Parts: sequence; C-alpha cells; structure tokens
Amino acid sequence: MRRQLAIMRKSLFDQGHLDEQFIELEELQDDANPNFVEEVVALYFRDSARLILNMEQALEGKPFDFNKLDGYMHQFKGSSTSIGAKKVKAESTLFREYCRSGNAEGCVRAFQQLKKEYGTLRKKLEAYFQLARQTGPMETASRPK
Amino acid sequence: MSSASSSAAWKSADSVPDQFPAGLRVLVVDDDPTCLIILEKMLRTCSYEVTKCNRAETALAILRENKNGFDIVISDVHMPDMDGFKLLEHIGLEMDLPVIMMSADDGKHVVMKGVTHGACDYLIKPVRMEALKNIWQHVIRKRKNGWKDLEQSGSVEEGDRQQKQSEDAEYSSSANEGNWKSSKKRKDDEDETEDRDDTSTLKKPRVVWSVELHQQFVAAVNQLGIDKAVPKKILELMNVPGLTRENVASHLQKYRLYLRRLSGVSPHANNSFMNPQEETFGPLSSVSGLDLQALAAGGQLPAQCLATLQAAALGRSTAKSSIPMPLVDQRNIFSFENPKLRFGEGQQQLMNTNKPINLLHGIPTTMEPKQLTTSQSIGNINMQVASHGVQSSQNNSALINMQVASHGVQSSQNNSALINMQVASHSVQSNQNNSALMQMGQPQFARAPRLPLSVGQPIISNGIAASYNPVPQSSSMLNFPMNHASELPGNGFPLGSTPGMSGCTSKGTFQEDFNSEIKGSVGFMSSYDIFNNLNQHKPQNWELQNVGMTFDDSRHSNSLQGNLDLSQSVLVQQGFSSGRMSGQNRSAAVVSKAMFSAGDSTEPGNLLNVSQHLNSLPVDNTIRVKTESVADVNSDNLFIDHFGQEDLMSALLKQQQGIAPAENEFDFDGYSLDNIQV
Repeated sequence: MRRQLAIMRKSLFDQGHLDEQFIELEELQDDANPNFVEEVVALYFRDSARLILNMEQALEGKPFDFNKLDGYMHQFKGSSTSIGAKKVKAESTLFREYCRSGNAEGCVRAFQQLKKEYGTLRKKLEAYFQLARQTGPMETASRPK
Repeated sequence: MSSASSSAAWKSADSVPDQFPAGLRVLVVDDDPTCLIILEKMLRTCSYEVTKCNRAETALAILRENKNGFDIVISDVHMPDMDGFKLLEHIGLEMDLPVIMMSADDGKHVVMKGVTHGACDYLIKPVRMEALKNIWQHVIRKRKNGWKDLEQSGSVEEGDRQQKQSEDAEYSSSANEGNWKSSKKRKDDEDETEDRDDTSTLKKPRVVWSVELHQQFVAAVNQLGIDKAVPKKILELMNVPGLTRENVASHLQKYRLYLRRLSGVSPHANNSFMNPQEETFGPLSSVSGLDLQALAAGGQLPAQCLATLQAAALGRSTAKSSIPMPLVDQRNIFSFENPKLRFGEGQQQLMNTNKPINLLHGIPTTMEPKQLTTSQSIGNINMQVASHGVQSSQNNSALINMQVASHGVQSSQNNSALINMQVASHSVQSNQNNSALMQMGQPQFARAPRLPLSVGQPIISNGIAASYNPVPQSSSMLNFPMNHASELPGNGFPLGSTPGMSGCTSKGTFQEDFNSEIKGSVGFMSSYDIFNNLNQHKPQNWELQNVGMTFDDSRHSNSLQGNLDLSQSVLVQQGFSSGRMSGQNRSAAVVSKAMFSAGDSTEPGNLLNVSQHLNSLPVDNTIRVKTESVADVNSDNLFIDHFGQEDLMSALLKQQQGIAPAENEFDFDGYSLDNIQV
C-alpha cells in the first residue's frame, strides 16, 4: 500500500499537478503535525471553493468586471501557489492575462479549463490522502530533510 | 530542520543580546488562510514565535497593544480590509518595526512599491522556508541602522551629530529597552556600507512616539503654527524630558509628510495647498513619466538643467556642474518600469504628499503652492512624501522636495532647487541641503530635463541634506522653506538632492544643519497616520524608504550619507537580502551608495547621495541604483509629478513608477553623479 501511495504521489508530480511547493509542505509535516499537508490542502479547497463561486458569479454579469475578476483570481492564484497546485496555477495565470487584456471570451474559456483542473486535482488529492490515512504515518517526501 | 542549525548560527550574529534569532517574534498578516497556516508552520519550524492574523486592522491592534511584543512583521500586499502598504506605513510610523511584504505578485511595480513604502523585504509567494529563515537579518539591520544613523549623521555634520548622538543616547523616552532603535536612525542604509561598530553597540533608545507624546507634539505644532513649527520650539513647548530636538525634527518631518498625505488623500479638504499644488503638478504629470532617460540622455541637459534649476532655485547661477543627476539612470535606479511618471496619478499622489509641507498643519513649507502651480518648474515642489517621516525643512526655493520619506522624515531640504526626493522610507532624514538635490532619483524632468535627478529617489530622509540653499533649516527640517523656490525657473528645480547641485554650496551648511536635525528626528515615527494617508492616495510618495538617494551635493559626503541613507535605507530596507529583488536590491543599496558617492566625490553634479554613508563613495557616476529596491516608484509615488520641474519630477516619478526593475542598473553614465559637489 505504501508503494501504491508512492506511485500515486509520483504521478501527481509527473503529471504536473503538483510542484515543489507541495514538497515544502510535506517537509513541514512532522510528528507534532502528522496530517499537516492534508489539513492545509483541505483548507485550501474549502477556501478556494468560495473564490470559485465568486468568480462564477462575476462571470455571469455582463459585461465582465475584469478588475474584480482579476482580484479574485489573484487571491485564488496565491492560494493555489502555496500548496503547489501547478496546473491550477497556470490556468489562473492565463485567466488573469485574459482579464488584463479584457478578453471576455478568453476568460470564460480559461475559467472552464481552470475548473476542470481544479476538480481533477481535488479528486486526485482526496484519493491520495485517503490512501495515506490507510497506509499510516506517511513517509512523505522522498527527499531527505 | 534547519531551524536548529540556523538558530545556532544566528546566535552569534551581531551583538544582540537575546537569543537571536530563535524566539524571534513574528507577526504574520494574510487574508488567505491557506498561506497563513503554511507560513505559521514554517516560521514555527524556524523556531520563531509566531502570531498570525488575517486582517490588517487586527494586526495593528495587536501591535499597538503590545508595542514591544514583536520583532518583525510579515504582511501580504493584497488584503481586503486594508492595503498591505498602508499597513506597512502604519507600522513603520507607529512601531517602526521591520516589515516584510509578500505577494504572489512579483511585478516590478509592486515590488518597487514595497521599497518605496519602506518594506525591508519583499517575498514572492509561494514563500519558501529558506526565505523565512533569514528574516532575522532585517531585525538586526534595522537596529544597527538605527545606530548607524546616528553615526552617520555625526559624520555628516561633523560633530553636530555626535552631539546629537549623545543626546539620543540620553534620550530615554519610552523607548523599549529591547529595541535598539536609535531615534536618530532612520537611515536605512546598507549595513555594509557603513558599518560603524560603535554605533551598533550603542543602544540608543528609540524614541517611541506614543499617542500621548504625539498629541503633545501636535499640540505644540498647532500652537506654533505649522509654518513656524520648528523642532526647537516644538521641543520647548512639549517640554518632555529626554526628548531631543532631533527626535522632534524627524518626527516633524514625518508628520509633515503625513499631513501632506492627508491633504492629498482627502479631497483637498485639508489643505488648500493641495489644490494649488495639484494644479501644478498637473503639468508635471504631463511630463509623463520621468523621462529620465531623456534627461539622462541629454547628459548635458541635466547639467544644464541642473544648473538652471539650481540657479533658479538657488538663485545662483552656479550651474554647478549641474548635478548630472543621472536622471536617466535614475529611472533605472528606481527601476521604474514605467518611465512614465504617471503624473496624472502621481500628481495626485504628489499632491497629496507634496502638499508642500505647508500643508502640514500649516507648516509653512516653503513650497509655495503658487509656485508649484505655475511653474511646473517645481518652484518648491516639496513633494515631501514623507509618509513616514516628516519631511521637513524643505528650504529650497525650487525645492522639489519630493521627500518621500515614507519612513523617515525627510526634511531639511534646503535646496532651492531641491528636488529632494527624499524617499526615505525609513525615516531618513533627508538633510537635503543640496540645492539641487535631486534626491529623487528620478526626477524626470521631462519638461525641462533639467534636473538630472540623479536617482532622485533619495528619500533620504536621513539627513539628505539638500544642500541647496543653505537655508538653515536648523529649525528642523520640517521647515520647508522653499526659499528659493521662486528662483527655479520653471523646470529648473534644483534637484536638491542632486549632489551636483550646482550652487549648492551651502550644502555644507545645511547639511549639517539638517543632518543634525534630521538625525534627531529620526526617532520619530510614531503614530502617524501618514502612511495611511499615503497609502490612501496612492501616494506617489516616494516612500522609498531607503531610497534615500539624496543627491546631495556631493560635497557633503556626510550629507550624502544621509541621503544615501535614504536610498540605502530604502534599499536596504527593502530587504535586499531577501533576494527577492534578486540582487537588485542589493544593488540598489549599493547603488544608492554609489549614487552618493558618485555625487560626492566626483562631480558636484550628481549628488546621488545615496545616503547611506556613501561618503563619497567614488562611484563613478554609475550610480547604479538598482532601483529594484527602490520601492516601486509607481507613479503613485512619484511626486515628482508635481514638480514643476517636470523633469525632475517626471524623473522621480518615473522612477517611482518604474523603479522596480531590478535589472536596471542605473548607471548614470554621463552624470557625474559622483559627489555632486556643489
């Protein structure tokens, strides 16, 4: 099972869902906070869900308030970056570019894409942590501290 | 974790009595819960004591309740309830703690803004552990600088400071024992440069401007009348034992900036000055961005301009090698990305801050609004954006004292054509005694590229002595008597800060004066809401805290120091260490130094007194002011816009705006930034 976990973890990186920042989080995990990463990720999804909702609402209005959208996305990007959500971050950046150039259509498209990535990441991480719990104390980072 | 090892390593650093850095008390402010929790964990891992909060107001409340409870603050830039920069200002003013800004935004402008507002570092998210491990250095540096300032001023003033220093030492106001912040020290200059060991050991109690004290101060100022409020008198009125004139002076500087900012922010409600000034600045803004480049390009221009400016400002026609303020470079220095000073914006900003210090409760900043209005030539565009430190004493006639002393009060801009862009974010007292002190690194005098504002951004609050008209600002730098304002012919604002201020012969005098004064006031920073205000209106303040590129007329290397301090401090503060500003900061710091030295030693043109003890750092004109650290001189901050001297202003503004490019090396080539010997 551990092996499975390791494989799962590796694939997350290989597929570009996660980047080094995630590893930083893993390194922060210790005996005092054995589920630190999971907690942070959970917090992230909770908080970012709110932002996603805000953005969706903003995208319903016409015309778009690009500044507002950009603002939300900035926050969203910040959070995503903090946990190492690589793809999500990339989509956020793209979205912001569209916002800045006032490209409404681009924004909508980018947002859809972003939601997709976001959803994928969420699922994968949920599965990952679930397995991790089952596996027991995680040996997270393969990097030596 | 590395914390253990790092702790050990740190212990030996500096003469800090406590268990540095372990146990460093950090306050983290971020509205993003994810980031907050991660940061907290990281900091805990570094053995720091962490307190987190998700709202700026909460953070301020915590800090106010527990003034000595924290060593350093880390804050996010974008927060819903209050702009991070505003918080930064507040903290700088009230508590004078080192503040690190962070954001996912790594745009130059934002980073520059951090610099101008006096942040000692800027971290880009995602923040890594390595970045946090070293934040303790900012605490040390700040302390050290505080002392250095004292020292610095001493050198500048040749003795005057020493005296002040001793005064400071005696000062035993509510300074916390734990804080080695010298009251005078507001020079956030690079430690490296001036490493005065003796100062560091000197634990001068920092004057903490408590609410009561500040109230007393305000009462005294009001009683005297803003125009007549000179530190000496204020001090007398206040009658607080242990308070020195310098303390008052620097506080006054900050206060002025604060007022200015207030005026600017609020719809001209407060200051009539603002209005007129705004007008004036209007044109400045048109200068659209400091075309420092342009200025610089016309190398000769600057010289000419400077000369003119100076002449105008100083009334002398000593076209002293026109401080070739590397205006152009200034831009670079400040890495203004947008060389365009958004004057429009800046104007506002400038106006706000600039409100010729007159706005400061009536402190008669000699910035005649009129002058400002008319001549874009910065008659006295004392854009003192002293968000933090009151920029006072802008005795420059054509003083474009853009004292963006966000932190330190910049004052004493006795330069006639002083474009004292004292961006002393950290309470740099810009003793800008330089007549053509282009302390603003970027005075883009687009219009009249006169003032080669060499890196005008010297918010050298620290004694950026604009030696322009040796207007004995003794009273405190807060007097911005822009005496020579009228002289400035339009654009010629003698960038006071420019070391090369021709005709800033008086540098010596003023600088001294200022320095001493300024030095004293370094201690201020108490609860000014200056920063608030500054932030509010997108102040163009050059809150380059450390960007004290006061281009002092080189001569005063001392003064330069002050100036440099500004810039340096800004630079330094910016935490170049964090390396966010990839080396830019450092360079900025260095540059600032260079700037000064450039101004100093070489030609009396550019006094890029990067006040950081750049006593004649013979930096060959290439004042590379890597403005990276120079706070993002956003157009917001560029007061230069207001400068009639568009050139300067623009330059400055531009700098502000664009100063963020870390990569820009402001080589003020062609500008004899070296020691603008007036």
